[in-house]
Amino acid sequence: MAVLTINGKKYDAAVDPETPLLWVLRDALGLTGTKYGCGIAQCGACTVHIDGVPTRSCAVPLEAVGDGKITTIEGLAANGMLHKVQKAWLDNDVPQCGYCQSGMIMAAAALLAEKPNPTDDDIDAAMTNICRCGTYQQVRAAIHAAARA
Amino acid sequence: MTAIASMDRRSFLVSAAAGGLSLGFGIPAGTAQVAGAVREINAWVVVHPDDRVVIRIARSEMGQGTLTGLAQLVAEELECDWSKVSTEFPTPGQNVARNRVWRNFSTGGSRGIRESHEYVRQGGAAARTMLVAAAAKRWNVPAGECTAANSVIRHAPSGRTLAYGAVAAEAAQLEAPAAVVLKDIKDWKIAGKGVKRLDTAEKLNGSLVYGLDLRLPNMLTATIRQCPVAGGKLKSFAGAKVAGMPGVRKVVAVDGNAVAVVADSYWQAHKAIEALPVDWDLGPGAKTSSATIDAMLKEGLTAENAFVGTRIGDAKTALAGAAKTVEAVYSYPYQNHAPMEPMNATALYTADRCEVWAPTQNGESALAAAAEAAELPVAKCDVHKMMLGGGFGRRGRSDYVRQAVLIAKQVPGVPVKLVWSREEDMMHCAFHPVTQCKLTGGFDAAGNLTGLHMRISGQSILASLAPQNMQNGMDPVVFQGLNAGGTEGQFGYDIPNLLVDHAMRNPHVLAGFWRGVNLNHNAIYVECFMDELARAAGIDPLEFRRRYLKPKHRAVLEAAAAGAGYGKAAPGVHHGLAQIMGFGSYVAACAEVSVTGGKLKIHRIVAATDPGVVVNPAQVERQVSGSFVYGLSAALHGECTVKDGVIEQTNFDTYPVLRMDEMPKVETILVPSGGFWGGVGEPTIGVAAPAVLNAIFAATGKRIRSLPVSKHDLRTV
Repeated sequence: MAVLTINGKKYDAAVDPETPLLWVLRDALGLTGTKYGCGIAQCGACTVHIDGVPTRSCAVPLEAVGDGKITTIEGLAANGMLHKVQKAWLDNDVPQCGYCQSGMIMAAAALLAEKPNPTDDDIDAAMTNICRCGTYQQVRAAIHAAARA
Repeated sequence: MTAIASMDRRSFLVSAAAGGLSLGFGIPAGTAQVAGAVREINAWVVVHPDDRVVIRIARSEMGQGTLTGLAQLVAEELECDWSKVSTEFPTPGQNVARNRVWRNFSTGGSRGIRESHEYVRQGGAAARTMLVAAAAKRWNVPAGECTAANSVIRHAPSGRTLAYGAVAAEAAQLEAPAAVVLKDIKDWKIAGKGVKRLDTAEKLNGSLVYGLDLRLPNMLTATIRQCPVAGGKLKSFAGAKVAGMPGVRKVVAVDGNAVAVVADSYWQAHKAIEALPVDWDLGPGAKTSSATIDAMLKEGLTAENAFVGTRIGDAKTALAGAAKTVEAVYSYPYQNHAPMEPMNATALYTADRCEVWAPTQNGESALAAAAEAAELPVAKCDVHKMMLGGGFGRRGRSDYVRQAVLIAKQVPGVPVKLVWSREEDMMHCAFHPVTQCKLTGGFDAAGNLTGLHMRISGQSILASLAPQNMQNGMDPVVFQGLNAGGTEGQFGYDIPNLLVDHAMRNPHVLAGFWRGVNLNHNAIYVECFMDELARAAGIDPLEFRRRYLKPKHRAVLEAAAAGAGYGKAAPGVHHGLAQIMGFGSYVAACAEVSVTGGKLKIHRIVAATDPGVVVNPAQVERQVSGSFVYGLSAALHGECTVKDGVIEQTNFDTYPVLRMDEMPKVETILVPSGGFWGGVGEPTIGVAAPAVLNAIFAATGKRIRSLPVSKHDLRTV
């Protein structure tokens, strides 16, 4: 049985070690904020942080996680306070259907942790998540707003 | 957002715990009891004793913002405190039980607001009238002396006030007013304003439960594999080979054309279905390829027989006598909706009841599909509508609902969530139809455009999905944006002789309603060809169009051109124009592109929309910029091809879509002219591609007549 550290809590996951982290989170642990979009690390809907690194959890088998500390969308807000990315998303009314936004927000939070004042080119390079509703313009604006916050 | 459950006509108790919620939606314990004996004022409005207002939304929310817009319209007439408003979806079963009090649940064709604005506002106005009447009754004063604003009823002569919550129970007992007068739009305080969406907070922390996220006690998860060729059949499968795999509960046939594995978890089901040996009867469709479809459509371009959609004057005679003619052939490939949330539905079947939880654009057709698959009366079935992770027309079909019920029937008493893989989703869509178009335009000796013939050849959506709606074999939807008149999508140019006809050619691949529908290719055909005609006439494309455009069409085009500074582009930057009318709205775009060393950069698109009335300008702006992402995804990259009857693109690696780095700056101009209600979710998709294609021509002199652009030696990244 694997022991995972997710959002600062320990979880036991009694599943096949080859199971992608995405499905461990969603099916075994009930953390459904991390979304299934493609299963081949193309769309980014399943983005979580492992030791702070934005990672597409559909392509990471459970056995590869080791003792990496996982943060999911459910754990991004700390002490009841929205993360500045979530706050900027709220202020800019970013989501449409919202399905890709967990991954978008996790990718943006990782970008800002690495580059507190990203340029548009930085955003283009880091934000490769797919949004079919087409929220890119609002996502860009919200990342700049979060950087200023 | 919550779902609501059992309700009778007048004595409806809003018990938030009812129905699906009690099964474990993640509603905090205790919520159920809070409501107590709260009564609905009418079908649209519930007012709680603490003044919270719940507005019922019949249409589905899939990101387009209809939920918020409809709530604004009800709240406007209700005169309630917007900060106290939340929403809920009645179920289709409740709609049936209450004689369709919420009317149409179908959410497509950009119809959510434009086709229900009147009756939802009347619902809000009726509720306000009843609340005021209840207060007046309590005060024993004439209702005419009372006014309502911000959820408070005031009797000016005496200075007394009562909050909505205080009189809600009494108001609920009153008869509905026979008639109500709606507010003048100029007096709107909530509607017409760019208020924020009501459904954002739970999309930011992972707490919103989409269909795919539903968890019910003892739930099993199924995944499906369908015959790779549309129309093919399931011959046999070796279920025993995977029955022993971890978590596998059952392997079942579905509808004679698919097989499903039911397991404890998705990944277990997925591994098993990958390992499952299946034998298919691929059927006649297996002989089809993109090349055979192309040839089939080409033949239609010159075929003798065609359905006439629009005929003004005598185009053939005008063209035969023209001093100069111009001809071109365009084509548009299959596209996949590819909503981010793959198809899914959860069903719980027992011998006398069937419940479904589904992200659906059409709750009532989902209910009908569930009842048919369950072989139960509609009254013994219901569908709980979940938030949609994108719809774009795909979720107007109920194929996945039917499958979920057929699978659940084979595991009675246990809820089964059917989850399609992305690969199944990509291969088993009802695709954006494939069409070609031959256009012939004729000028007289003075250089006036006197005739135009558009021959469309290709697939009919209605023939695929709704043959009962065809008119003597004709699919009238084919002529979107090309109609001789009407309020839905009239052809924008006054040309004395116009003929638009359709040679229907239906390959075996299903065609479906894809955001923008037939407007997508029709706008390309008309607007790129108008550009060609302008160039042939030696006239600037804006000036050429202005000569022939009807006033409202011309006004939006001029607004877009002015907004973009048309004709004053910086060196190396080029403009392209397009206009169209669709879904009841007039739209136009001016795209600004540069092409350097084979690299296309779309810098900016300025889009103008005249939807008549704007309910929420901030959300319209988001629909417009989002529509360009959808339209440009298809125009730049999108193409579903067919080999041996099978769709070849199976995921986002082979069906690329627009990402952040290709996103142009979108500027939205709203020019509502009043007097009509048009849609906004779809029309601007139509102008995305032709504006960009015309700008590419301006930049390169190269006319692209087939999509995607990526096939034409142009890179975008």
